[in-house]
Amino acid sequence: MIDVNVSLGPWPFRRFPGDTPSDLVARLRRRGVTQAWAGSFEGVFHRDTSAANARLAKACETAGSGFLLPFGSVNPAAPGWREDLRRCHETHHMPGIRLHPNYHGYKLSDAAFADLLREARDRKLIVQVALNMEDERSHHPLMRIPALDPAPLPEAVAAASGVKLVVLNRMRAPAGEALEGLARAGVHFDLAMIEGAGCAGSLMSIITSRRLLFGSHAPFQYFEAAVLKLKESAITGKDEENILSGNARRLLGAE
Amino acid sequence: MIWDLHNHINGLPGSTPDEHMENLLRFADRMGIERICVFMGYPFINEPTPEQLRTQNDQVLQALAHWSHRAFGFVYLSPQHLEFSLKEFDRCVRNGPMVGVKLWVAKRASAPELDPIVEAAASMNAVIFQHTWHKTTGNLRGESEPADVATLAGRHPGVPIICGHSGGEWETGIRAIRHLPDVYADVAGGDPTNGFVEMAVRELGAHRVLYGSDSPGRSYASQLAKVMGADISEADRKLILGENLKRMMMPILRRKGIRV
Repeated sequence: MIDVNVSLGPWPFRRFPGDTPSDLVARLRRRGVTQAWAGSFEGVFHRDTSAANARLAKACETAGSGFLLPFGSVNPAAPGWREDLRRCHETHHMPGIRLHPNYHGYKLSDAAFADLLREARDRKLIVQVALNMEDERSHHPLMRIPALDPAPLPEAVAAASGVKLVVLNRMRAPAGEALEGLARAGVHFDLAMIEGAGCAGSLMSIITSRRLLFGSHAPFQYFEAAVLKLKESAITGKDEENILSGNARRLLGAE
Repeated sequence: MIWDLHNHINGLPGSTPDEHMENLLRFADRMGIERICVFMGYPFINEPTPEQLRTQNDQVLQALAHWSHRAFGFVYLSPQHLEFSLKEFDRCVRNGPMVGVKLWVAKRASAPELDPIVEAAASMNAVIFQHTWHKTTGNLRGESEPADVATLAGRHPGVPIICGHSGGEWETGIRAIRHLPDVYADVAGGDPTNGFVEMAVRELGAHRVLYGSDSPGRSYASQLAKVMGADISEADRKLILGENLKRMMMPILRRKGIRV
């Protein structure tokens, strides 16, 4: 099982059970995870993302056995982001990067976002875009983060044809034709924050199991939610294999 | 044993309450949920008229008619229409098959109009469920905070009252009710944020924590995960998943001759 959505480091407003790298790895292993793609909460909040990414790479290396794959944070609204991207790729040998547009203060229609997608594509990096981190109703009152409008995403993806894009923490949007179009364009989505009875099956019926990834958003969320969503929708066989690991392996180029 | 405190018949395909229930229970069955509590019909209305309350309660009664072996019904009342609500309580609970009261967002729970409703419910040992949220984005005009439930419970010592959603923003919600031993925390309806159930058990004791899902708006999976994934003892997990709710409901179930 490959979990494409875990994070290291402390969240500013609460501690989570299992929020140290060693504890998180132990918990994931006990639950059958064989590899996890790790971003960092520091990468969400720190301005010095270069240092946050270096610490992330070191923490993943320390965890050993290639269990944690680091996904560094790049902020295309910040000066020097191309150097961050280069270091993620060439210095830390990361397979991809993770973006937090609303926490970093840019829109998906911004030219810099399109530039980043193209440059990441040219480097054959996976690009994870986190649409949310938590329900906006529960944001800390001193740090209300505006919701991200995913509407420009199809156009941005079209302008970076061939980019390996993974949308994390989708809640209700994108939906409808935009969602179908993104899936046809090769965009993948994870399970972490979709909701509603039978939500995994509903999403799969639109984007197919070839575009759905197992992501837990641990340790922010209980890992079990993602596992139980597959059970709730009675997803088995080839569909389950695609979601649990096959699609992630293909994105990594391992198949 | 899993009993789910918090379900609706609004949100899944179906043209009748019966069909909505069938679709809902299809998912509940996959998760091993034996019994569900159901309240409110469709569509959701923030400040329903008496006629709308009656229509929604009739929808739940219709659902119960075919699924009483799996579901318990709570009557949907509004303190904006107190006289009607007390009559509706009699129709649906005192003289009907329902076993609880659902209060939503029409008026805050601290309002004095709640008192006669609580007294009527207590006279029948009916379960009292009050929706609460503590929203950073701002509550609806009549939407209760956990602190409103605390105020209400302070006027009715000894009467169990459920703090729906634990305020959504549960770190504040749990603190607001922890000094009131008869107030219970419903874990339904928010993101499966890690640590929720652990804090509830630490601050309230497992005997005051109730599993619910808020399905079908929420996934049974994401809500069960709060309990299944929590760092708590197996004994506490059993309490939260069903034993607490069963214990709370047994007096009215016995009174009505409902065997479980």
